[in-house]
Amino acid sequence: MPTLLEIKEIAPAFKQYLVETPEIARKHQAGQFVIVLLHDHGERIPLTIADSDAEAGTITLVVQEVGKSTMEMGLMSEGDQIEVVGPLGTPTHIEKFGTCVCVGGGAGIAPLLPIARAMKEAGNEVVSILGGRTKELVILRDEMTEASTEMIYTTDDGSFGAKGFVTNALDTLIEERGKPDIVVAIGPAIMMKAVADMTRPLEISTVVSLNTIMIDGTGMCGGCRVSVGGDSKFVCVDGPEFDAHTVDFELMMKRQRTFLSEENAARLRFLENHECQATKGTEVS
Amino acid sequence: MGRELTKKERMELPRQSMPTQDPLDRIKNFDEVALGLTAEMAITEADRCLECKKPRCVDGCPVGIDIPAFIHEMQEGDFEKALAIIKKANTLPAICGRVCPQEDQCEQVCVVGNKYKPVAIGRLERFVADWEVAQGGEIAMPERQPETGFKVAIIGSGPAGLATAAELALRGHSVTVFEALHKPGGVLVYGIPEFRLPKKIVEDEVGNLEKLGVEMRYNWVIGKIASVQELFDEYGFDAVFIGTGAGLPYFMGIPGEDNIGVYSANEFLTRVNLMKGFDFPAFDTPVGMGRRVAVVGSGNVAMDCLRTAKRLGAEEVICLYRRTRAESPARLEELEHAEEEAIDFRWLSSPVEIYGDDDARVAGVRVQKMELGEPDASGRRRPVPIEGEQYDVKLDTIIMGIGQGPNPLVTRSTEGLELNRWGNIVVDEETMMTSIPGVFAGGDIVTGAATVILAMGAGKVAAEGIDNYLRETVRVPKAQIA
Repeated sequence: MPTLLEIKEIAPAFKQYLVETPEIARKHQAGQFVIVLLHDHGERIPLTIADSDAEAGTITLVVQEVGKSTMEMGLMSEGDQIEVVGPLGTPTHIEKFGTCVCVGGGAGIAPLLPIARAMKEAGNEVVSILGGRTKELVILRDEMTEASTEMIYTTDDGSFGAKGFVTNALDTLIEERGKPDIVVAIGPAIMMKAVADMTRPLEISTVVSLNTIMIDGTGMCGGCRVSVGGDSKFVCVDGPEFDAHTVDFELMMKRQRTFLSEENAARLRFLENHECQATKGTEVS
Repeated sequence: MGRELTKKERMELPRQSMPTQDPLDRIKNFDEVALGLTAEMAITEADRCLECKKPRCVDGCPVGIDIPAFIHEMQEGDFEKALAIIKKANTLPAICGRVCPQEDQCEQVCVVGNKYKPVAIGRLERFVADWEVAQGGEIAMPERQPETGFKVAIIGSGPAGLATAAELALRGHSVTVFEALHKPGGVLVYGIPEFRLPKKIVEDEVGNLEKLGVEMRYNWVIGKIASVQELFDEYGFDAVFIGTGAGLPYFMGIPGEDNIGVYSANEFLTRVNLMKGFDFPAFDTPVGMGRRVAVVGSGNVAMDCLRTAKRLGAEEVICLYRRTRAESPARLEELEHAEEEAIDFRWLSSPVEIYGDDDARVAGVRVQKMELGEPDASGRRRPVPIEGEQYDVKLDTIIMGIGQGPNPLVTRSTEGLELNRWGNIVVDEETMMTSIPGVFAGGDIVTGAATVILAMGAGKVAAEGIDNYLRETVRVPKAQIA
């Protein structure tokens, strides 16, 4: 079973895990993800791959602690073993488009990193717009800087970069320099929807990576289905990336709330049982 | 010693009915419904067999168990010998004795059944398999032939994969099974519920395979982590068997299917069976089922969903099927058990639209009343809508149990693999070899969704085909060349 080699807290409630899993590391391509199971009472959770090193046989996962399982994962120790299956999903279509704008929000910056890097390696001009509520929540800044030709930051509180949302920055960018050849946007559904709504009338080709509820990740359950261009698609095998302009975000956001009450109850139960560790887990190191 | 009985006396013995948990009790638990025959009942049932000179039952068995021979040993009370005879043809009798549609196979052609009820062959098979477990397990462990040095990769650990793996291991080949999920068994584990097939039985059978030297690898999605070609080139396998099943859920294509509370049968059953969602929150995966549940379809999978919903505490559990009970593809026993459990069967009823509320949660379904018209290609009378006869049912959850297609993960990633128009793999039926030399396939990925025993039968044929291929075509194992 794959071993957690290194666990680092990179932002409040954000942990970075270096996982030893040589076969997955060797095959991982930008845009793919894994499913993780912590123990035999656990649930299977899809997690994006932020990085991989084929030689070292490792992948890097960046996990935001939002629910019971991700918080529980945060309490694990280096040397612990977990079940990991992947790499799943269809890889990002990489080619030389010209100018590629990578828009990342919150935890969405993690899967954006390998895409930005691959886009740059393919000869694209990569302008990355990263946003978060506060500066410390704009994660992986150094890594993204290396993977991009230019960086733009936004924060809700203006503590870092421009005050406002990533869409404001994208708007300004397009106004000042014209339309990019492609936009890749990954972040909260509402952010991806806003980007799609902005680029659709401008006819800027835009790709989003969706993170829906999943069990197996191999096309078996259909729990992850989304409506794309009026057709039902499975995020796990047909995606996770889709043409942003044809995704029914409204429906997807509703579907993401399927187990809201169960998720909330599980999180509260977990916090009650692990109060001290969990509080510790959210401190900034 | 068996009893001396005349043919007439044998036939007049009553068919021994299967003791079951009381319906009122069992709808509150997930324990097995059918409790199994007692030894005394099993011997009496065995006595009903006429030991025909030309037994038709053997031809009716997809894996060709020598049925009269094993029943003869049971008449003598020698369960160990009976077991050995079964295991020669079927390494997984505890599973088949529980999930085979015997009424369409061995029991359908049983001569006793011409005038009386057929010999309960399936129950006898199950009895012998359970007897072995009660003795502490693995009494009739077949012998493994000397190592051949050949390496075979099996993709999928469902019925087809397990049967192929067992046969190949016995022939001395080195077998590795790649399973995409974190547990072995495929549909036996994610699909068939505990109350019909206890998971312990599957675990035991897989444990037996491991004792035979079969290596199990979990969380390996072939087509993603390694392609079929890479299994040959990089992992050094001499042959590959694809048994990836019918894992792709079908939806109806009616409006409203993306509402919250519409599940594929696969999703619903996987949450409950594989992930143990029935014990949420002790297990982390929720099921999210509501109080009023409808299942669309009337096959075995639909029965499993209906009865699972009942056990999870649904107040109303409705079966919507566009044909009638007579055309229902479920095993008779499952249908009867479901009826005993007070499932509300609405025959000749087909959903046409699912309604959701403002949060896109299922609120109800519009049902079209049907009638049976002329026979269609399947020979069954085609259901046709009765104009103007529609009604609404209020629901919280609707589960699609209308069938599954072939999962394309492996087939799509394998260049040169010939598929039919439904996406199933085309094989040579004699050898089960695909259009790619050295690549074999069997089970639902070839036939479309069928039964456990047909998949196991295909696995046996494939094992024979693979064995011949290795010895006659490959001749020298890769490992010995390198």
